[in-house]
Amino acid sequence: MGTYVLRRVLMMPVLLLGLVTVAFIVSRTVPADPLSTVVSERQLNNPEVVRAAEKRWGLDKPLTTQYVLYVRNLLRGDMGTSFRTKQNVREDLAARLPVTLELTLASMAIAVSVGLFLGIIAAVRRNSWVDHLARLFALIGSSLPVFWTGLFLLYIFYARLGWFPGPGRLDPRAVGPEKVTGMYTVDALIAGDFATFGDALQHLALPSFVLGWAVMGIISRLVRASLLEVLNQDYVRTARAKGLTERTVIVSHALRNALIPTLTIIGISFAVLITGAVLTESIFSWPGIGSYAVESSRALDFPAIMGVSILGGVIFLVTNLVTDMTYALVDPRIRLS
Amino acid sequence: MTAGVRNLETGLKLGRPTARVPAWLTLPVGVGAAIIFAWVIVALTVHWWAPFEPLQSVGTRLTGPSWQHLAGTDALGRDVLTRTLYGTRSSLPIAGIVIAVAVVIGCAIGAIAGLFGGWVDSFLMRISDITLAFPPILLAMTVTASLGPGLRNALFAMVVVWWPVYARLLRAQVISVKQQDHVTAAVSMGAGRGRLLVHHILPLSMTPILVNATMDFGQVVLLAASLSFIGLGALPPSPEWGSMISEGSVRFYEWWIAAAPGLAILTVVLGFNFLGDGVRDFLDPRTRRR
Repeated sequence: MGTYVLRRVLMMPVLLLGLVTVAFIVSRTVPADPLSTVVSERQLNNPEVVRAAEKRWGLDKPLTTQYVLYVRNLLRGDMGTSFRTKQNVREDLAARLPVTLELTLASMAIAVSVGLFLGIIAAVRRNSWVDHLARLFALIGSSLPVFWTGLFLLYIFYARLGWFPGPGRLDPRAVGPEKVTGMYTVDALIAGDFATFGDALQHLALPSFVLGWAVMGIISRLVRASLLEVLNQDYVRTARAKGLTERTVIVSHALRNALIPTLTIIGISFAVLITGAVLTESIFSWPGIGSYAVESSRALDFPAIMGVSILGGVIFLVTNLVTDMTYALVDPRIRLS
Repeated sequence: MTAGVRNLETGLKLGRPTARVPAWLTLPVGVGAAIIFAWVIVALTVHWWAPFEPLQSVGTRLTGPSWQHLAGTDALGRDVLTRTLYGTRSSLPIAGIVIAVAVVIGCAIGAIAGLFGGWVDSFLMRISDITLAFPPILLAMTVTASLGPGLRNALFAMVVVWWPVYARLLRAQVISVKQQDHVTAAVSMGAGRGRLLVHHILPLSMTPILVNATMDFGQVVLLAASLSFIGLGALPPSPEWGSMISEGSVRFYEWWIAAAPGLAILTVVLGFNFLGDGVRDFLDPRTRRR
C-alpha cells in the first residue's frame, strides 16, 4: 500500500509537467495567430503596434524561452494575463472555481442519490419492467446532449410553467451574499440569509439536475451490476437462510460490499461532470470555469485556455489519485495485492 | 473503460447457444441496430427524397411544426426536418472517421508498448496518461481553438482525445495474450515479433477494442455536437446537429428549432449504446448480462 501510494504521488509532478507541456505546445505552435486577438484587424498592418503587442505579451521571444518563462511563472502561481479580460488568469479562475464547484457538487449529490436508488431497485427487481425503466431513464440522460436537455427544461419549467427561475445564479435584482466560499448557497447559509439561500437553491435546481442526469447512468449501472454480484455470494444466502428480511439482507449485508466498486466511478463520472459543466454553464449563464473556457476558446485567448486546461487536468489527476487511494483503503483485497 | 477487460484473458470462443434466437440478440440490441441502420439509410439516400433543400429558405421564418414543415422552420426560413436529416451526413461520417483513426493509431501505439515493454512502454503510456489527464472536452476545445474552428480541426482534436483509450486497452490485451502458451509455442518455432503480433496476438486482443469502438461511437457524436454547439466544430450554414441546437438556443421561445436535432442525437447515441451491448455479448458470451 505504502509503495503504491508513494509511486502514484511521485508520478504526479511528471504528469503535471507533461500536462503543462502539452497545453503549451498545443496553444503555441498553432496556425491561429494569438496576435490577432490582442490587436485589432486594422492595426495588424501597423508594424509598430504589432511589435509593441508582441513585446507586451512576450510573443517576441523564442518558443523555448516562452516555455521556460511560462513554467517558471506557473510555479510561482502566475498563469499569465488573459488576452480577453486583461486580468490575471489565476484570479479569473479563482473567482470562477467556486461557481463550478457548487454546480458539480449539487449535480453529484443528485446523481449519486438517484443513481443509487435506481441501481438498487433495478438489481432487486432484476429483469422486471422496473429494471428496464430505470435503465432506460438513466441511459436517456447520458445520451442527451446536456445543452439540449438544459434548453428544454428551461423552456418547459421556466418559460412555460414558471416553476423554476431562469438562467443565472440569483434573481437579477438580488445581491449575492457576502463572499466566504464563493458558493451562493453555502454563503447565504453562513450569513443566515434564508431568502437568498432559497433563491440560490432554486436557481441551482435545473442545471444540477441536467448535469446529474447525465452522470446518473454510470452510477446506477455499476450499483446494479455489483449488487447483483454480491447477492450471489454465500454470505448473502446465509443471511437469507437465517430468516432476515429481504430489506435487511440488501441494506446491511449486500449493499455495503456492493458500494465499494461504486467508489471508483466517482473519478470516472468526474470527467463526465466537467465535460457537462462546460456546456451546462453556457446554457444557464453560470459564470463558472466552464463558461470561461467556452468564452476563452471562442476568443482564442490562449493564456486563459491554457489556464483552464491545466486547472482541469490538475483537478482530474487529483480526483483520480484520491479515488484510487480510497478504493485501496476500503478494499483490503486491493491493498494487499 | 476498465471494466470490460477483466473477463477477457483467454479470448476463447464458447459454444453457441442452441436456441433459435441467439442470446445476444435481445430487444434493445435489435432496436439499436434498427435505429442505426435507418440513420445510415437516411444519410445515404436523403438527397433523393428530402422534401426541401437544407440550405435554402423554403417557407415563412420561424413557423412552428405544421403539416408542411413537420419540425418547423428556423430563423432563415429553412426546413428544420430537412436540415436534421441532412445532419446525418456530417455526424455519422465524423464519428466513423474519428473512431477509425483513433483505433488505428491507438492500436499501433498500444501494440508497440505491449510488445516491446521496457522504456518504450513506459514512455508511450506516460504520454497516454497525460492525454487522458485532460478532461476530454477541454482538450478538444484547446486543440480546436488553436487550429481554428471548423469540422476538420474538430475531427483532429477528437482523435487526439480518443487514441489513448484504445492504446491502453490493446496494450493490456497484448500483455496478457503474450503470456499464453500458444505464443510461447510460436516463439519457440522462431516466429518474429511482427508475425507474433499479427497472427498470434492481435486476433485474440481485438474484442474489447471492437466493443469499445461501438460504444464510443455515440460518445463521439455527442462530443462533435458539443464542439459545434460551442462554435468550434461545424460552421454555419452547414446542417450539423450541434450548431442547429446552438441556433435554437438563441431563439429560446421557438423551441422547435432545437427539438429535432436534439432528438436525432438522442436516437443515434442510444442506438449505438444498445448496439454496443449486442456486439459485446456476441463477441464474448461470458460477459452476457444476467
